[in-house]
Amino acid sequence: MELKPGSRWKSSVCNAEVVVVRPPKGSDLNLECGGVAMTPLAGEKPAGATLNPAFAEGVQSGKRYFDEDTGLEVLGSKAGDGSLSLNGRPLQRREAKALPASD
Amino acid sequence: MHTSLLLEMAADAFPDRVAIGSLEGGVTFEELKHRARGAAAWFNSQAGETVVFIGYNGPALSSAVFGSAMAGKPFAPLNYRLTDPDLRKLLARTAPSIAIVDDDMLERVRGIEGVTVTGRNEFAAHCRDHIAQGAELPEVDPDIAVLLFTSGTTGEPKAAVLRHRHLASYVISTVEFMGAEEEECSLVSVPPYHIASISAALTGVYSGRRAVYIPNFTPEAWVDVASFEKVTHAMVVPTMLDRILSVLETRGEKLPHLRALSYGGGRMPLPTIEKAVTLLPQVDFVNAYGLTETSSTISVLGPEDHRTAIASDDPNVRRRLGSVGRPLPALEVEIRDAEGHAVGPGVPGEVYVRGEQVAGEYLHKKVIQDDGWFPTNDSGWLDDEGYLFLEGRLDDVIVRGGENMSPGEIEDVLRTHPGVADVAVLGVPDDRWGERVAAVIVPSGEAAPSVEELSEWVRTRLRSTKTPETWEFRAELPYNETGKLLRRVLKAELAEAAERPRD
Repeated sequence: MELKPGSRWKSSVCNAEVVVVRPPKGSDLNLECGGVAMTPLAGEKPAGATLNPAFAEGVQSGKRYFDEDTGLEVLGSKAGDGSLSLNGRPLQRREAKALPASD
Repeated sequence: MHTSLLLEMAADAFPDRVAIGSLEGGVTFEELKHRARGAAAWFNSQAGETVVFIGYNGPALSSAVFGSAMAGKPFAPLNYRLTDPDLRKLLARTAPSIAIVDDDMLERVRGIEGVTVTGRNEFAAHCRDHIAQGAELPEVDPDIAVLLFTSGTTGEPKAAVLRHRHLASYVISTVEFMGAEEEECSLVSVPPYHIASISAALTGVYSGRRAVYIPNFTPEAWVDVASFEKVTHAMVVPTMLDRILSVLETRGEKLPHLRALSYGGGRMPLPTIEKAVTLLPQVDFVNAYGLTETSSTISVLGPEDHRTAIASDDPNVRRRLGSVGRPLPALEVEIRDAEGHAVGPGVPGEVYVRGEQVAGEYLHKKVIQDDGWFPTNDSGWLDDEGYLFLEGRLDDVIVRGGENMSPGEIEDVLRTHPGVADVAVLGVPDDRWGERVAAVIVPSGEAAPSVEELSEWVRTRLRSTKTPETWEFRAELPYNETGKLLRRVLKAELAEAAERPRD
């Protein structure tokens, strides 16, 4: 799938949605949620897909998730039960230090 | 990423929380989303390709910012304080466009080809109509989010281009989504055509913090609203803070709800900050440095930095109160010399910045380099621990007989003299040296200190070449309404005076 910056994806197995904020380097990459390939936001979810319990830690809205190897970074735009992975490799949550409000 | 998603996420997470205005009767996040969608549907029905905003700050600003984002049309707020001919000239440059204009400013801007002018009340009605029709919005490819015209103190104003990805990067890398507590409220007092006003509209929504506006800044109105609305957060430019503090002192008002006050947009005199810290002991102070071209803030001197600097006896730590703090974690900052080579701590040069929020672009002109570095045209240096000290715009650096001198450094020294309330230092043409140092002093008391005394003050603290050779005393200095000293105005006046034959 083509993970372009700004492209939006929905989980095929839960309510989660993400937006790509930094594209990955490399080809043949699959972004998954709940262990199942995600669907473009405007697309049809595949019928019958179920959440893999090994990928069930959840997506939180407003949190950023990244893959060290490819540089992919996505932002959770809607929460869901599945957790994110790239080609089966779990994404990590970016723990950002809160900055003081400046504007 | 598209900035309209920021509002959609906020409306999903906290639909019933008030986004704008008073707790009673304010606009909720859900309602703001509807209004923005209504605005977008109306913008889509219009031929204009850019959405212009001419008027005071207020709730319509957010609907217009997010509405134009949803419609995929750039948002261009213009400075309503320009003279009529200048305003009309600028507006004509935005054609084909839709202009939302405060009702009492409509007559100033009518009859420009390619510009559809709409009063603010009429705009609100259009938004409502289109919400009622429930129009579907087509998907748009995000591109230019905002066009901001630079203040244009030199030549024609340039339009800085900020794309959705720059602004969205800035917001998601600096603000915790829905990180604000329910009782938090920020007071926006900068005008809509200032980058801080645009970024406040975006970061406010993403943090879930209620915003209230004062349409036109006066220190009395600021204090009234801050007190009445129990404001917890605010951003001010330097010229505002000093006036606000005077009102607080006169009234004995303590603003017990205020927690955080950030300042930026120009050099803040140290005595003002020290006074603010004393008058508002419960408040966290934040000094932010940023540019339009960098989607607002790039470095921050945080509350802890303020406290440490004020409490320290070490002059190297104490002087950090006059710095703009350290770069945001998502950014890189470098100081480079005139040949473009990076220099080490303590050495002044041009400030370069790189990061995803950095646009560095004007309409028809890219200033950002291919490797992502953007030359800010600001002169500055970093200390051993990475605190950034600014010396002013590069063009303002005084070159006297081949020696570069920073006006900021000399101003800082003069400002510590008890007889000096405000000061500007600049270069004026000189037959022998190319330029010589001139100082314009605003005395704090009735009797101005003598030139001999002030010269001695600078000479003993800096060195003789940095001691001004031309002195002028005035009742006030020229500032624009967002607190920037109009150096070029002053420079032109001094240069003219220098050329006039003496009586």
